[in-house]
Amino acid sequence: MFNFIIRRLGIAIPTMLILIVFSFSMMKLAPGGPFTSERPLPPQVLANIEAKYGLDQPEYMQLFNYMKGIITQFDFGPSFRFKDRSVNDIIAQGFPVTLTYGIWSFIVAVTVGISLGAVAAIKKNSWLDYTAVGITIGAQVLPNFVMAPILVLIFTLWLGWLPGGGWNGGEWPYLVMPVIALSTSYMASIARITRSSMLEVLNSNFIRTAKAKGLSNGSIILKHALKPTMLPVISYLGPAFVGMVTGSVVIDQYFSTGGIGQLFVNSALSRDYSVMMGITILLGALVIIFNMIVDILYAWIDPKIRL
Amino acid sequence: MSLLEVRDLDVTFSTNDGTVRAVNKISFDLEAGETLAIVGESGSGKSQAVFAIMGLLADNGSTSGSVLFHGEELTHLNDTQLNKIRANDMAMIFQDPMTSLNPYMRVRDQMSEVLQLHKGMSKSEAYNACVSMLEAVKLPDATSVINRFPHECSGGMRQRIMIAMSLLCQPKLLIADEPTTALDVTVQAQIMALLRRVQDDFGTAIILITHDLGVVAGSCEKTLVMYGGRILEYATTKEIFAAPSHPYTRGLLSAVPRLDTETDELVTIPGNPPNMMELPAGCPFAPRCEFAKDICHAEMPELVAHGDHEGLRACHLSLEELS
Repeated sequence: MFNFIIRRLGIAIPTMLILIVFSFSMMKLAPGGPFTSERPLPPQVLANIEAKYGLDQPEYMQLFNYMKGIITQFDFGPSFRFKDRSVNDIIAQGFPVTLTYGIWSFIVAVTVGISLGAVAAIKKNSWLDYTAVGITIGAQVLPNFVMAPILVLIFTLWLGWLPGGGWNGGEWPYLVMPVIALSTSYMASIARITRSSMLEVLNSNFIRTAKAKGLSNGSIILKHALKPTMLPVISYLGPAFVGMVTGSVVIDQYFSTGGIGQLFVNSALSRDYSVMMGITILLGALVIIFNMIVDILYAWIDPKIRL
Repeated sequence: MSLLEVRDLDVTFSTNDGTVRAVNKISFDLEAGETLAIVGESGSGKSQAVFAIMGLLADNGSTSGSVLFHGEELTHLNDTQLNKIRANDMAMIFQDPMTSLNPYMRVRDQMSEVLQLHKGMSKSEAYNACVSMLEAVKLPDATSVINRFPHECSGGMRQRIMIAMSLLCQPKLLIADEPTTALDVTVQAQIMALLRRVQDDFGTAIILITHDLGVVAGSCEKTLVMYGGRILEYATTKEIFAAPSHPYTRGLLSAVPRLDTETDELVTIPGNPPNMMELPAGCPFAPRCEFAKDICHAEMPELVAHGDHEGLRACHLSLEELS
């Protein structure tokens, strides 16, 4: 297991390097730059600004300097848009927000999704199953940009229970709607995967053996069915977790939460190279880490897998 | 009173395409310590009949008729009541030892949960009892095997583990659903020898389901031949082999390849097993039977004694007509 982690980290580093080079080149290939605007800057001013940010150097030098900053000082450089602010600052401000509502969304999606899917599978073809499947389909086809305004309409405008936006340090009234809007579709996917996986497991021969042993339904599910049911669910949970903690532009936009989802899109639109690269690297690192965690969980559940 | 009395047992499955009658009014008795073979080709309803006895049918299956075990009517019991009997008085060995053990649990946990449940043993008591049971089924190196996962054991080992697991509570009745089908021939012989020994040691009655007539010949007192969900012949194994009275049984026996006859081709029974959704009104075997008369297609014969034989047969034709 220890060897496995070391090996995976060994692969992670070149992966990150490729990710950096690739996204850097993509940005450079796209027309325009951070300082292009409708009213062109005087050439002298533009040259000064570009010199300040090192944009006058050849592109491979820019990439080299950027990487050197990251590796030696963990410095992702200054923002091109927000004067006097570094990328580290900006991410440090936005990421905790996203992380908070992301983790809550994950908790909600996992608990509700797994219970819903398991109940549907256990009570197959009953009204409980049909209700659960109905909720799942509804939740999955309702995109969060539709969900968010509906939530605001109901809870803020009609009922007046919750604030319509803002963050306020992550107090719970400000959390509720972003968490619901973000978690719903993940919850639906988790429920769907859990249901079909559990149905398959409950039909397998070793569950029949467990029944022949005289075990009650409860202990058959808990002791025999739950672990194998979780295998496909877990492989979905890794990417889902990353998806949730890296936020969503819809959530940030709609509820003015100030997370990095919005930041990411804005940085791309305004060619804020360094912010965009910073967030890309953060996402890449999270994906790698959580895929590794999924693999470890897999090996823990399924004894046939040895790391 | 017999250990097990099955009367008019019906098993039906409701599927999207219609109702499947897997088992059609079968009746038989089993005395304590006796071995009964149920023989038939795939889809003849032999497995579903015993699943129905243990209440292990799939969700869409339903049972009617009567199953008396120790004088207790099993078809009226709910799951909680059945669970007290399952594994405790009546245990089952399944066809495929590769998939019938839980691949995510160690052998010791799968085995000892039976004793913890039915005998209220502590974990360590159960563990010791499991080791001695594994030794009793002649599993070499039992103390190491018990700590393994199923995939770390061979097929023969797994079937021995299944057998040991089913014997933990010393059940009165052991149902073995094709216990040797998934194993290679040498292991088959070992497993059958083991079952015979188990029967001598524990006095367990065994229902052996198989399509392998060789297995039947060596180990069962009585044989029940099933086809299309019905019993066609029910007699002592000796009689079945020496003087089969039903054309289907004869067909089955002649399909066993023999070394002592000069032939290059394998003998088969022409035709296909019936569609269980649209069973013929008469004898299910009639469409494939070379002796079939009009009445065979129209009416199902009763399972009755014939002549001075002890066994029962369900056939409209007299023995003379068959020769």
